[in-house]
Formats: sequence, C-alpha cells, structure tokens
Amino acid sequence: MRSLLHVLTALAVIGLAFWAYRENYRTQAALAEAQRLQASIAEARQRLRILNAEWAYLNRPERLMDLVDLNYDRLGLVPLQPRQFGRIDQVAYPAPAARGLGNPVDVAHREEQLP
Amino acid sequence: MIRTPLRPLARILEARRRGENPDAIERENIRLRHEEMHDRARRRAEGRLLVLAGLFFIGFTAVGGKMAVLAQSEPAEPRVSSAGARIHAQRADIVDRKGRVLATNFDTYSLYAQPQQMVDPVRAAEKLLEIFPDLDGERLLRDFNGTRKFLWIRRTLSPEQKQAVHDIGEPGLLFGPREMRLYPNGRLAAHVLGGTSFGREGVHAAEVVGVAGIEKQLDERLRDPARAHEPLILSLDLSVQAAMERVLLGGMKIMNAKGAAGILMDVQTGEVVAVASLPDFDPNTRPPLPTEGNPDDSPLFNRAVQGVYELGSTFKVFAMAQALDLGLVTPSSVIDTRSPMQWGKFRIRDFRNYGPELSAEKVLVKSSNVGTARIALQIGGARQMAFLDALGFMQASPLEISEASGSRPLLPANWSDLSTMTISYGHGLSTSPMHLAAAYATIVNGGRLVTPTLLRDPARTPGARVISEATSATMRDMLRKVVSEGTASLAEVEGYAVGGKTGTADKPNARGGGYYKDKVIASFAGMFPADDPKYVLVVTLDEPVETSGDEPHRTAGWTAVPVAAEIVRRTAPLLGLRPAIEHAGAPAITPASH
Repeated sequence: MRSLLHVLTALAVIGLAFWAYRENYRTQAALAEAQRLQASIAEARQRLRILNAEWAYLNRPERLMDLVDLNYDRLGLVPLQPRQFGRIDQVAYPAPAARGLGNPVDVAHREEQLP
Repeated sequence: MIRTPLRPLARILEARRRGENPDAIERENIRLRHEEMHDRARRRAEGRLLVLAGLFFIGFTAVGGKMAVLAQSEPAEPRVSSAGARIHAQRADIVDRKGRVLATNFDTYSLYAQPQQMVDPVRAAEKLLEIFPDLDGERLLRDFNGTRKFLWIRRTLSPEQKQAVHDIGEPGLLFGPREMRLYPNGRLAAHVLGGTSFGREGVHAAEVVGVAGIEKQLDERLRDPARAHEPLILSLDLSVQAAMERVLLGGMKIMNAKGAAGILMDVQTGEVVAVASLPDFDPNTRPPLPTEGNPDDSPLFNRAVQGVYELGSTFKVFAMAQALDLGLVTPSSVIDTRSPMQWGKFRIRDFRNYGPELSAEKVLVKSSNVGTARIALQIGGARQMAFLDALGFMQASPLEISEASGSRPLLPANWSDLSTMTISYGHGLSTSPMHLAAAYATIVNGGRLVTPTLLRDPARTPGARVISEATSATMRDMLRKVVSEGTASLAEVEGYAVGGKTGTADKPNARGGGYYKDKVIASFAGMFPADDPKYVLVVTLDEPVETSGDEPHRTAGWTAVPVAAEIVRRTAPLLGLRPAIEHAGAPAITPASH
C-alpha cells in the first residue's frame, strides 16, 4: 500500500513537471506572437500616418487648383457660383413621354408563353 | 534541567560545624542563580537582534538590488498588453473644422557624424557636398579631421537623401530617427499655424516645440501625451481659407498693395472660418525673424492680428450704434455737417462737402467725418471709452495664437474731446482687423459680445449684451444701405445681400509724425446676408492704388470693396449659404412640355 502511494506520487510529479514544461513553452510562444503582432501594428500605424500625410499633401488646395486649370478642357470645372444653387421647384417635371410608357410590356401575354 | 538546591545539606552541616551562618550559603546560591538567568536572557535577546538585523539586511539588499536593476536595464515595452487603436505621436495633429489635416507628423532621420570612426573623411565630405550643396565644405572637412567626436550635419533628411548618404558607405556617418512636423498645405493658413522647430535634441529623438502661431500658444496641449492621439480641431475651413487667400492675393496684385489681410468670422460663435495675411510664408521652411527694417515688411508679420492700424471710417459704425442705443439720435435725426468743422486749432473735413445737414443715416451712408464727430460729441468721451472697452478694443485680442498677446491697441494718452471726435471716425485709435471683425460681429448679431476664437466649438454662444436687439437691427439696415446706395456700392454681390462700411485711413508717418499724403490703409468691414447675418468679413489692403482709370484711386470703395465682394462671391457658396434669388413672380410648377 505504501509503495503504491510512492509510485503514484512520483507519477504525479512527473506529470505535473511535463505540464509545467509545456505551459512554459506555450506562454513563450504566445509572448513571441504578441510581440510580432505589436511590431506589425506599429508598422501599420506608421504607414497609416505616412499615407495620411501624403493624402493631405496630394489634396492640398494649391495642387487641386493647378490640376483643375490644367484639365479645364476635359473637366470644365470653375469655382462654385451662387447661381448653381437651385430650388426644388425650379427643376422641371420630366416630360410624360420620357416615363417609359412608350413600350408597354404585356405581362399576361408573357406569362402564357413561359412554361 | 538540574536545579542546584539553595541550601545543600552537606554544605549547611559543614558551615554549622564551623560555626558560620548557613544563610550566607543560600544568599550566595540565589545570587549565582540570578546571574545565570540574567546571562540566558541576554543571549536570547542578542540572538533575536541578530535575526532581525539579518532580515533587515536581506530586505534592504532586495530593494537596493531591484533599484539597481531598474536603473541599469534598457526600457522595454510591455510584451503582453492590449494596445488601443491609438496612433502614438509626439505631437497631436491639427485639423480644420471638417477634419482635413493642417499639420501632422512625419517620421524621418537626422544625419550626424562621428569623425573618430571615419575611414575616409575627405571623400565623405566631398560626397556629402554633392548631396547637400548648401553645406560649408571647408568647415565640414575641418570638423571631420579635427578633434570633435560628434557633430550634427542635417536635422532632417528626405528618404532619397538618406539613401544617397547611405550609399557613401562611410561608417562614421550615422542616422538618428526624428519626428518632424509637416504642413501638407504649404503656405495655407501659415500665420495661424506658425511653425515648429526642434527643442532639446538627442541621437534617438528630439523634442518638437512650437515657435509661433497656434503651435506656440497651445504647445502644452499639443504635446500632452494623454491627448496626443486626438487632433486639435480648428474653426478654419480649408477650402474657404484657400479661396480667400487666392482672391486676396489676386486683389493685392491688381490694387498694387504691399500687403493685405482678410478675416471671415461667424457672427454668433466668433469662430474664425478663414484668416489670411499677405505676404505669407511656408511654415515648413519658416524664414528667420527680420533683424532690420519695419516688422511689417517681413512675411512673418501677421497683418490680421499683429497689424495695429488706424482703421478709418469703419469706426463710424460704433459711434452711430452707441448714439442709437443711447437714444441720442434716430436714423432720421438731422445732423449738422457743415465742413470744415473748427475745433480749437484743429479742423475736421469731409472727403467732399455734403451740404449743411444730413440725416443720421446719410451721415453713415455718405461717410461724413463732421457728422460723426458731432454725434460723438453728444455721446461724450467717457461713455465712448466705456463702449469701445465693452467691444474689446482696449485689450489685446484673445485669439489663440502667440502673436495675439502682443497686439495691444494703441490708445490716446489723453482722451480729450478732440480724441473723442477723431476716434469716432477712426483716427487716433489703432487696432487690429481682428478686433474690428469681432466688434462688427457684436454689432450685427443682435448686440451680444463676440470674442474671436480659432478653436472649433459649435456650442459657443455670444456673451453679454452690448447694444439692444433693436439697435442691432437698425445698424444692419444702415450697413446694407451703405452698400446699396453709399460708398461701398461695388460690394453688391448677386444673390447675397452684403452690408458693410468702408474705411480709408492715411498711414501715419513712422518717422516724422503726421500722415502720408499718398499712402493709405483701405479697409472694408461687412457682413452677409444682411437681413440675418451669418458671417462678418474684414478686408484690409496696405497702400493700395487702383490705376485702371485716368486718375489713381486710393479710397476703400475702389480698392478694398471689390476684393471683399469677390471674396463673398467665392466663399458664400462654399459656406453653404443659399443665394436669395429674386423671382419674377410666383414659381410656376409646370410640367415640361417636350
């Protein structure tokens, strides 16, 4: 009886040692992974900052105005004018002909044709 | 433990036999026993002290050892921590009211040299000169061959320059990481942003400190690590600012002016939507401070805030508003305007003679100095001073840029009746255009005090009441009439009812005293739309001359007003103001017939 207890205790110690060993290595692996992710997050943030700065630089009003001037032939952009504001009642109703009633689709007829 | 008996029988019998006192034996034994007990207690106490000392020693060694380890170890980021979605920067970004970036940070490198480690200093110096032609070659060579162990070569490098320096392959040339401030919009809003420079520098990092503008004024807020990730939101609107700067630059060139300033301010909140001063500079490469000449010749000079000028007839509005508010005049009161008006040995003249009398409204519309001076005399100096103080003309502007604190208005040393009269039409009291814009906003917004700000705060409301609601409405009508029938007729903009007042002030001669004959400050202060003002606009041109006609025009009506009108035309649609289009009749809702 006593020797059985000794053997069981020894086995338990071996088992716990193995578990602790494995947990230790798993923790280290998780730490390394976390560190790698932190580094890549930091890198992504740095890139984001640079891209934000570049976006702001490329969209600076001075450059946009020059681009508008250069591409006047194609785009025809001019500064916003007061007359470009409108009221809803200044917009004409579409003409009746444009409502797509010219070619009525005969639904009943089509349904008969379909299997 | 074996206790020795106090009266051992053998010794007692012996003593009795000898005839001695046996009690002496007992006392002797008691003494011995006490001594023994005493020794034992002492030993135990000593042992305890020793243990205690040991514990203290271990404790102090542990604390000291930990401190030594902390002091010696390199700082490392915690490996297991959940970092938030923050961008870590040394200095917070600055953005406009719609979140567009005005100032941000950029990672770059600085270049330094350790001549001791150099392999071929002569070649390194030659190659560096090829990359950076502005370096002093001889000095570089002297430093490289001298006894210096360390020297800075460049504060910041572009990536291309860094690669080129790297390609030299010189081990004594080293790079240190740097965070630099970038203003992606270049000259835009340069005077507001100011600029930054490096403070304390180390190899691995350097402090970025604000040197002017809002960067300097709010330096602590921008550098606060707890708030570095949240951008500072300004009240400026990037596109409105760009449009205003462009129109102002064009106007300055056409009118042959040497400088110009423009301010666009929200009449209710005091938020400055656009503020420009020309000539300007690029805050990325801030020019050095001028060491000679007039300060306002430097592009660093902010005319909108630092420029303290006598702003001329634009001031008549304040005399008129106060007289109306006090009930001294009504718009139809008749004012004596016989010109010139004699006061002691001083004469007040009008630009041209407007006849013997005008109504109070016409005094403002035609801009009569004499009429305004007579109204000011009715008000009196003390009340005028109190009113201008209430409008904020006696203190430096509270705008959040470092230059604002130095822009104290110039007041007359002795506020006599003559000062009262001249100040009523804008001479004898020098203020900045920013003061003027805030005061106009106060007059037209219903009469409540407006303090200018550069920070976005839509919840801001005007402060204490300065003039009554009714007076404010009357002033709006009068200012509208100045444009529709008076001196500012060129300020008419289709779709937007502009109201405002012109001002042409002779420039004071800096040297001899007195005024220049042919140098003026032309300004226009106005608001739009006139029936329910949303924005106040102030435009100031320095020494403008309009030369398209036969004779040169210098008055504000010919110079500042057309520029202001063009600014309204360009910025009002950008601000989302719907033009009031006059319809021929009721809008007809008819289906299109084709």
